[in-house]
Amino acid sequence: MNEEYSSKSLGILSDPTACREPINLKNQSRESLISNLELLVLIRKAEEKIADNVENGRIKCPCHLAIGQEAPAIGIAAHIQKGDAVFGAHRSHAHYLALGGDLRELFAEILGKETGCSKGMGGSMHLRSLKNQLYGTVPIVGATIPIATGAALAHKLDGNDSIAVSFLGDGAVEEGVLHESLNLASTMNLPVIYVVENNLFASHLHIGLRQPNDSTCRFAEAHNIKWSRIDGNDTVKLIETTGTAINCARSNGGPHFIEAVTYRWRGHVGHREDNDVGVKRSDDLEGWKKRDPIDRLARALFDDGAYTQNELDTAKLEIDRKIEAAWQQAEEDRYPLKGELFRRVYA
Amino acid sequence: MTNYGSAIREGFSYLLNNYKEVFTIGQGLWSPWYVGNTMTDLDKEFGKDRVIDTPVSELATTGAALGAALCGKRPIVIHPRVDFGLLAVDQIVNQAAKWAHMFGGDIPLPLVVRMIVNRGGEQGAQHSQSLHSWFAHIPGLRVVIPSTPTDARDLLIAASLGNNPVVYMDDRWLYDLEEDLPPIQVNSLDDECPKIVKPGSDLTIVGCGFTTRLSINAADQLSKLGIESEIIDLRVINPLKCETIIESVSKTGRLVVVDGDWENCGIAGEVIAQVTTKIELGKLKANPARITLPSAPAPTSKVLEEIYYISDKAIVDRVIDMMK
Ligand SMILES: Cc1ncc(C[n+]2csc(CCOP(=O)(O)OP(=O)(O)O)c2C)c(N)n1
Ligand SMILES: [Mg+2]
Repeated sequence: MNEEYSSKSLGILSDPTACREPINLKNQSRESLISNLELLVLIRKAEEKIADNVENGRIKCPCHLAIGQEAPAIGIAAHIQKGDAVFGAHRSHAHYLALGGDLRELFAEILGKETGCSKGMGGSMHLRSLKNQLYGTVPIVGATIPIATGAALAHKLDGNDSIAVSFLGDGAVEEGVLHESLNLASTMNLPVIYVVENNLFASHLHIGLRQPNDSTCRFAEAHNIKWSRIDGNDTVKLIETTGTAINCARSNGGPHFIEAVTYRWRGHVGHREDNDVGVKRSDDLEGWKKRDPIDRLARALFDDGAYTQNELDTAKLEIDRKIEAAWQQAEEDRYPLKGELFRRVYA
Repeated sequence: MTNYGSAIREGFSYLLNNYKEVFTIGQGLWSPWYVGNTMTDLDKEFGKDRVIDTPVSELATTGAALGAALCGKRPIVIHPRVDFGLLAVDQIVNQAAKWAHMFGGDIPLPLVVRMIVNRGGEQGAQHSQSLHSWFAHIPGLRVVIPSTPTDARDLLIAASLGNNPVVYMDDRWLYDLEEDLPPIQVNSLDDECPKIVKPGSDLTIVGCGFTTRLSINAADQLSKLGIESEIIDLRVINPLKCETIIESVSKTGRLVVVDGDWENCGIAGEVIAQVTTKIELGKLKANPARITLPSAPAPTSKVLEEIYYISDKAIVDRVIDMMK
């Protein structure tokens, strides 16, 4: 089989010197692409704000940043409707913000304030925004894969057209529960979309040290689940591919497995770049920065004439202002009262 | 002086040097982010085929360690958080703990499951559990919890050189604790039991792992108030041997058990039950007390962490109350 279409190999998608050109905008609405670009910028800048405050010590809780790999969240969020159920993991700030989660509530959660999206009880690794269909993100690797599968089962039992989404990493496919979940979803034809953000690393270990093949799509193929592998830094392709998969699942077409190939610019946890983790990482990071999802979408929109550098600069100023205001507010917010520790143990 | 973390490393180094059948396996072993200073450069010294960092597959690594133990190896499988080790509970509880017994006995099973306890750091509900009482509930599973650098090293060695599955739990909050290490003592876990780490006459305080440290700190403050506590470090919580504790409480008449885990069905309650059901009638001068984590998952917010974790002050206050 041609490498490009094999479920086992990422082919050029894992090559940091490939895929640097502006992306193809195709027939996507320019207006919605512009708002998605601005959303990408907001996520990037919000996480940079978090990184700075991890560095200066204001944030104490562990933060896993998605800087550089924000695009898959945008692709999925573009198609999420009322009734859907989305689940994430430890690296989920981008999922939360792409779905429309409130900035101040995110910052407040990370600072342990009562105004946080989880009332200050969970921190960065436990985000929830029910009004935006985000049911929960948790840091036990693989834990939300079966939970998303079960949400899809509930939708199917209800006979509605809602779907469930499980965001997971390339490390999470190493947990046995992935295989059990894919088998369930496949045999029961459940409306669930598994989105693997394959950033080639699970904490300090490159995928080459952990798996015999670098594409996780082979697991979908083994369970007869339709799969798509895409450049995870190409927002347009992500929007297109997830759209097709989600529409298919909504009309009883069963599960879909999407592998978005991407890269995180910061270390596994915290603000640093972790250049010391393996020779491969320091060599590749500079290359991946040239595959920036934001830059590639922006350049394509400029070339297209739909958007200008000037407009982007203005938008950035507004985003900075929003982030600053949300951060100030979160810093001023109150900590939970002591009794909150016990009030929430049982429903 | 050697700190607790380096003492664990010395234990590994001794085992890997002297026993070719020893190997270690688990997610994160090559990264200080996961194992702190307890395994620094062991992979370079002893080879990556004996110090094996793995895919994120706790259930498989634990089962694989068990299988290797059945075939003559002495594996130490490592989960850098107890919480991650929960994914391996089938292999630990259904398989390892029962293997020898359900096949008629006489089956050596030298498997160590090392799980690291994290507390605090705003890491929250899924990165902060200890659950040692849970594992101590299981017949066939030895559970050891070192509170000193010497024990951290020597109990690891004893666990690995024995012939039973052992859950070994070390605590990140102890890693900086320093001590002059005596020469290595190779003991059998059969002979290991709770130990008096500080003699006293007014009351008995029992702790394990980190809470033994807290109890020692509290005892120093109590001493200044004229209250002399006898501190007993549990060390091995399954099988639990309470003779030393019963003897001590028979002398002091008062018992406080401090445990960094939850109260219901916990080791603190078990120690109190053992003492009160076996001690000579009339010896107790006060109702025994236990100090445990509040019955709630670990929060992240720092203001809640402050009230969640046990402090030496909480022990001092409780003791003063008991002495009234
Ligand atoms: C069950 C479990 N094992 C181990 C860990 C420690 N851990 C946290 S994140 C992570 C790597 C996950 O890698 P991946 O799924 O690729 O996600 P990424 O960090 O790349 O986003 C590991 C091993 C954990 N949190 N839970
Ligand atoms: Mg990854």
